[in-house]
Amino acid sequence: MSQMEIRLAGSGGQGIILATVILAEAAVIAGKHTAQSQSYGPEARGGACKAEVIVSDEEIGFTKVRTPSFLMALTQKSLDKYSANLPADCLVLIDDTLTAPDSIKNNKVVKLPILHTAAEKVGKLMTANIVAVAAINGLLNIVDDESLKTAVFMHIPKGTEALNQKALEEGLSLIKKGENI
Amino acid sequence: MAKTVLMQGNEACVEGAIAAGMRFYAGYPITPSTEIAEVSAVRLPKVGGKFIQMEDEIASIACAIGASVAGVKSMTATSGPGFSLKQENLGYACLAEVPLVVVDVQRSGPSTGLPTSPSQGDVMMAKWGTHGDHPIIAIAPSSVKECYTLAVRCFNLAEKYRTPVIFLMDEIIGHLREGIEIPENVEVINRPTVENPHPKRPAYAPTDNLIPAMAPFGEGQRYNITGLLHDESGFPTNDTKIAGDLVTRLMKKIENNYDDIVEVEETHMEDAEVAVFCFGGTARAASSAVETARKKGIKCGMFRPITIWPFADKELKEAMKNVKKIVVAEHNWGQLVNEVRRVVGNDKIIEFVGKIDGTVITPDEILAKIEKED
Repeated sequence: MSQMEIRLAGSGGQGIILATVILAEAAVIAGKHTAQSQSYGPEARGGACKAEVIVSDEEIGFTKVRTPSFLMALTQKSLDKYSANLPADCLVLIDDTLTAPDSIKNNKVVKLPILHTAAEKVGKLMTANIVAVAAINGLLNIVDDESLKTAVFMHIPKGTEALNQKALEEGLSLIKKGENI
Repeated sequence: MAKTVLMQGNEACVEGAIAAGMRFYAGYPITPSTEIAEVSAVRLPKVGGKFIQMEDEIASIACAIGASVAGVKSMTATSGPGFSLKQENLGYACLAEVPLVVVDVQRSGPSTGLPTSPSQGDVMMAKWGTHGDHPIIAIAPSSVKECYTLAVRCFNLAEKYRTPVIFLMDEIIGHLREGIEIPENVEVINRPTVENPHPKRPAYAPTDNLIPAMAPFGEGQRYNITGLLHDESGFPTNDTKIAGDLVTRLMKKIENNYDDIVEVEETHMEDAEVAVFCFGGTARAASSAVETARKKGIKCGMFRPITIWPFADKELKEAMKNVKKIVVAEHNWGQLVNEVRRVVGNDKIIEFVGKIDGTVITPDEILAKIEKED
């Protein structure tokens, strides 16, 4: 790995920013350079939200994603908005309830039941971002599982450890099962 | 070695301020500076400090001035719209010589503008936003680490020169998260204080270095503080000689210490024929552009003023001696570019990269100007 440029998109309130913060935290724990940023409108909830994290073995100059190597979208609106002009080698992960637009027809697209897994298997839709970070790390192998778990536990409310542990496991198992990949 | 931790620029600003001795924060939240208030509210009580959210930005800076006069290192933070409101009291702090750090995490303007989008449109407001001739120091960080280290520097300069210092951040850096090593020790400078304060002592008694010692309110000396031009006692005067001497002293106490205050960073400037001039968040795009240009064989360097005001005339002139073309990149319609023109004169080619739409200047946009055939 020289430099990974990761972009996550969703709706404000889904925890998209936190997902990138956790990935950045895990990268720091694993001794890598990272830059995390986000862009959103003035709304606190709703509206398309984009968050980015760059992970690199070297110092990072420009802190924004220019040529994404990975895009994840959890809502159709954010997928449509942020999937334009992706490089052909950008891997795209979308929730399996979404429809891949023409703009990514040349990209490798992985569909996973992220929202369903969070709602039904973990039991809380709001854990979708944790299911997602586990799946992303499973796909991209950014850091070791232990660094990711440490990072997750640094950023969740006390008392939700078991729930988030379950979310991590379910997220990772989506990749290990290898369905749709 | 200190452990590396992930931190946001705004958070690092607070941690640096606390390391420098900040024990009072008054503010009114505004994107993209709000985390500075949030983190101050959590952290200050844990170090014996106080946090207060005031009814608006004007009251906030007034509060911070008051706390500083009482002897406590104080800070307030805001963004462009709030920085506009703070200007009157900023001038008051300049004249009354109150050490203070005012953080402006710049966002797109004018007016309430684009609250969540980056800008560097407050550069000239930092210098001239408050009326009348006054000295100002402004410092701009380009990384999360500098949010910490330069927050310390802001406090040290404010204390050393008894003057408000503007920490001119921007949304790019304020909302950026990076890994930083928190320094275990930082140099902390405290204001010159009065050893034996007593009621008869002139509040602004002259000193050789033009910086009067400061008696904290409530410790033996009561004195007058005013926004009117005043004599040594602190009381207003219409005496033109005293008025002229006072403003001259205020200007000179900063001008005479230019070398101590002005800090710049030069990268690949030794053999540079093209140079990128940039500051704050824009420096990140510029550094990527410069590295790419170098790989393409272009003799390109980067000049970054860390101290924005006073402007780095001397360093810039020297660094640009053998440079043919200067690419100035800033997130505005063109503010510091005119300072660059003033310093380097007309015999250099100046290319400008500006942005006013809330998007970020990219390395490619800077590179295009570096490579442009003139």
